[in-house]
Amino acid sequence: MFYIHCPYCGEHREEEEFHPKGQAHIARPEDPDACSDEAWGDYLFFRDNPRGIHHELWVHAVGCRKFFNVTRNTVTYEILETYKMGEQPTVTAEHPEGRPSRDAADQGTLHEGVRA
Amino acid sequence: MSQPNRLTQGGRIDRRQPLSFTFNGQAYQGYAGDTLASALLANGVDIVNRSFKYSRPRGVVAAGAEEPNAIVQLGSTEAAQVPNVRATQQALFDGLTARSTNGWPSVQRDLMGLVGKLGGQFMPPGFYYKTFMAPASLWMTYEKYIRKSAGLGRSPAEADPDIYDHLHRHCDVLVIGAGPAGLAAALAAARSGARVILADEQEELGGSLLDSRELLDDEPAGEWVAAAVAELAGRDNVTLLPRTTANGYHDHNFVTLHERCTEHLGEVAPRVTGRRQVRSRMHRVRAGRVVLATGAHERPLVYAGNDVPGNLLAGAVSTYIRRYGVVPGHKLVLSTSNDHGYRAALDWQEAGREVVAIADARPSPDGEWVEQARARGIRIIPGSAVIEARGESRVNAARVAKIDLDGFRVAGAAETLTCDTIASSGGYSPVIHLASHTGARPTWNDDILGFVPTLVKGVSAAGGAQGVYATAEVLADGVEAGSRAASEAGFAAASVSLPQVAARRDGAAVALYQVPHEKPTLRAPKQFVDLQNDVTAAGIELATREGFESIEHVKRYTAMGFGTDQGKLGNINGMAIAARCLGRSIPEVGTTVFRPNYTPVTFGAIVGRHCRELFDPERYTAMHQWHVEHGAEFEDVGQWKRPWYFPKTVNGKIETMHEAVARECLAVREAVGILDASTLGKIDIQGPDAREFLGRVYTNKWAKLAPGRVRYGLMCKDDGMVFDDGTTSCLGENHFLMTTTTGGAATVLEWLELWHQTEWPELEVYFNSVTDHWATMTITGPEARKLLAEVTDMDLDKESFKFMDWREGVVAGVPARVFRISFTGELAFEINVQANYALHVWETLFAHGEKYGLTPYGTETMHVLRAEKGFIIAGQDTDGSVTPEDLGMHWAIGYDKPFSWIGQRALSRPDTARTDRKQLVGLKPKDPKVVLEEGAQIVFDPKHAIPMPMVGHVTSSYYSPTLDSGFALAVVKGGQQKMGETVYLPMADGQVHEAEIVSPIFLDPKGERQNV
Repeated sequence: MFYIHCPYCGEHREEEEFHPKGQAHIARPEDPDACSDEAWGDYLFFRDNPRGIHHELWVHAVGCRKFFNVTRNTVTYEILETYKMGEQPTVTAEHPEGRPSRDAADQGTLHEGVRA
Repeated sequence: MSQPNRLTQGGRIDRRQPLSFTFNGQAYQGYAGDTLASALLANGVDIVNRSFKYSRPRGVVAAGAEEPNAIVQLGSTEAAQVPNVRATQQALFDGLTARSTNGWPSVQRDLMGLVGKLGGQFMPPGFYYKTFMAPASLWMTYEKYIRKSAGLGRSPAEADPDIYDHLHRHCDVLVIGAGPAGLAAALAAARSGARVILADEQEELGGSLLDSRELLDDEPAGEWVAAAVAELAGRDNVTLLPRTTANGYHDHNFVTLHERCTEHLGEVAPRVTGRRQVRSRMHRVRAGRVVLATGAHERPLVYAGNDVPGNLLAGAVSTYIRRYGVVPGHKLVLSTSNDHGYRAALDWQEAGREVVAIADARPSPDGEWVEQARARGIRIIPGSAVIEARGESRVNAARVAKIDLDGFRVAGAAETLTCDTIASSGGYSPVIHLASHTGARPTWNDDILGFVPTLVKGVSAAGGAQGVYATAEVLADGVEAGSRAASEAGFAAASVSLPQVAARRDGAAVALYQVPHEKPTLRAPKQFVDLQNDVTAAGIELATREGFESIEHVKRYTAMGFGTDQGKLGNINGMAIAARCLGRSIPEVGTTVFRPNYTPVTFGAIVGRHCRELFDPERYTAMHQWHVEHGAEFEDVGQWKRPWYFPKTVNGKIETMHEAVARECLAVREAVGILDASTLGKIDIQGPDAREFLGRVYTNKWAKLAPGRVRYGLMCKDDGMVFDDGTTSCLGENHFLMTTTTGGAATVLEWLELWHQTEWPELEVYFNSVTDHWATMTITGPEARKLLAEVTDMDLDKESFKFMDWREGVVAGVPARVFRISFTGELAFEINVQANYALHVWETLFAHGEKYGLTPYGTETMHVLRAEKGFIIAGQDTDGSVTPEDLGMHWAIGYDKPFSWIGQRALSRPDTARTDRKQLVGLKPKDPKVVLEEGAQIVFDPKHAIPMPMVGHVTSSYYSPTLDSGFALAVVKGGQQKMGETVYLPMADGQVHEAEIVSPIFLDPKGERQNV
């Protein structure tokens, strides 16, 4: 059972308080009508299933009700960081040791995702 | 009563406290401090079980958790039955009643023994599957008898009288195992100030030190243990948990500890001042750091006949002698590959019994204990091993021969030595089970001839658990691990001075797992690898010959390491044999995965208090007590208890559900009924962008809904599939009240938050659940207006308070919101009041309602009434694969809304836009007496060859008292274009029902009844 740090509450809490909501940084296309059927299908149905570092969306369901992101190693189950909506991860598959700051991360490849 | 194998002195038992117990109906005596196993051995009980597959007699082999044979069933009464107890771990108490787990009908002479003997040679791995495979239809019959004769223990058939607890704990350092490494680690961590939990599975803390030959600071090791335990017990920052097994290591240092609080006192927990004590506790520990000080298990050698009672682990022999004052035989032959095994011979001789010989696999053994044995005149046969044990119900001889280790062959003539006990030692295997629960594969270490754990973050291992065996080193390793764990947890290291242990010079061990026999493995007498699952060396060899090369496949084919045993004794030997057969090394073959639980955990401890009325929270509405008093039958809807129907007593007979529902339905259609609808989800939505937000999450339009008006809304996922529905009322320009299905309340709120927080945070809108704040009662039927008028001053005129309006007012003297919406098709008012006033309002309505025939109705009647009108229930008539178009709800879809609402884009994907999708229709059975089965599959052509193409299924089906006929809602491929056509429903009993596809609206298609 995971021990998860809620970036909004600023505390570690038991997994029982949270719900997992799938892969993080899946942005809804700005103009759905401009999407091809295939592009819309990709947005709806296709998700990554990496061995190793993965970014996930969780919600502190019976806590503060806030959604946030979790960077987790799918092999060791280690949680490497949690960060608020609209922020980018510092630990990525390309930078497993972490990038110096989230500002730097914002310039990185994972720029798609939540708009806020 | 005599205990022929009990020594007159020595051991940690209390000879002043004799205890009586029975085993397989026979009365025996032991002493306080005994385990059931030590007491059985003291009484000379050789056979404790029959083996799982071959039904061979089996005796005690080990002295701890690794015992594979002495698995017993406890309990003198039905309610007290406990299966799968290891006799080596069960403390003796007065009156203990135990039976062998295996051996139907009796352990001494059992039926399957015959099969074992006759079929023995012919029962290779996969025997049952290969032999009883055909005909497949008879497997169930075979299985029943095979299971019964194999026996796996049985659950009690009566309710458990005991109670169990869960405790949630946090600590800085959790130390698992209180042998020398664990005690030293706990001392080091505790002195640094860290919060420490020390858990150990045995009756007493101390581990191997409790039966050690070694002196610590020139005192018996037990003295140092007592001092260490006393210091730890005296510290506020330490929690000591004896009789506590760490049964599972889970993610992020979450460890479950199973504490057996009263199992050493009696079969049912005693009462103290009238209160039943807790039988066992599950400590759910979130630890900062974990130190695994779980020690090591001795490996037996694999030789022919190694399962005959009287074959024991060398270390277990010493434990029984030194800790329990029990010598489990008279004449010992020891077979060993290392110096540690010699301890058994030295202890045996000191107990006054004969050591016949020591067969040492090494050509020239020379360690200190070897010299001691030689000096005492014990015969040592170097370069040899016991190749075969002779005897049936007890060992009567050992055949010892020179062996060629490299060539895996017997290198000389065998000598037959008369004896009744054979002790064997093939070295030690670190107990790596907990570390393996993480999924991390252990690493082979050639220096110790064993696997050492691969550790994840926050966990360390100390002592035997990582292959460190010399006592002085083990203590130092423990201190190191404890200090490091404490310092990682943020505590400054404290000094721990270690006791002096005389250094002992040990000779090098050799690698010996399976002992060769004169005959090849497949023809030699059985050489057992996994005693609990009856897996033999020949079985493993055969598996590799049949092409099972991966150790995981070998495991599954042979069942090695399965079940409650989890391969504690057998796994390494089995891997070594597989490696030999495959011509690989052990690390190349690798290990299988050890899984939780380490030893079996009783269901009571897993469940804790989460049973019976505390199994799941129950939610009641404000009117619940009234429903109970008026005889309601209840239905669970999520966690809610909703009235299902209200049976009346008519002429001394209680109505059936069918009768009650028919009466309730007619009351609504002809007079007035009342439903407690408080459980529907209610979400209060506010903010300047609330209206815009609604437009994005609902399929229909919200831009023009005026305050005082209500609208039905349909919610889709972005794949275009309906997932919830309900009405939303405009309370003010920026204020709405959304209702959801009862089961969907929490899901819908989370859904709204998801979209707001992750996609549209720029919208200013706020959501709050108000489900529990407002109670809802629906009065519905032709007389509803007249009834409501009696308890309110509100203007109920049909022109000023129209259908789909809501008004604020006072009902029964209480502030209320009244919504003119209908889920029955009749005139209806939904009255919402603050929940704590609701019972008063409800009772006031009944005080006025009698003359109108006011009838309470439940969810069943609600279902019939709404289905007659073709109103769907999301989750019953939809299943996540149904679009609004499939439901025929084109009217609720706003294709021209400016924002591409959730689900809109997907509706034009080719698959979603197909016209032959399964569509909602009504079904009218040709025989009105038939009520179709919900879930029944629909076909167009019942004469079609099987498999028939299935074209849909029934989603809702009831008897309608208004129509006096069965009727159903269903989804049928292209159904909306098939009105009037006939479909068929083949049932499991061979009947085929016929039904006509009709409109899903069975009653009042123009909606005139609700608009009066």
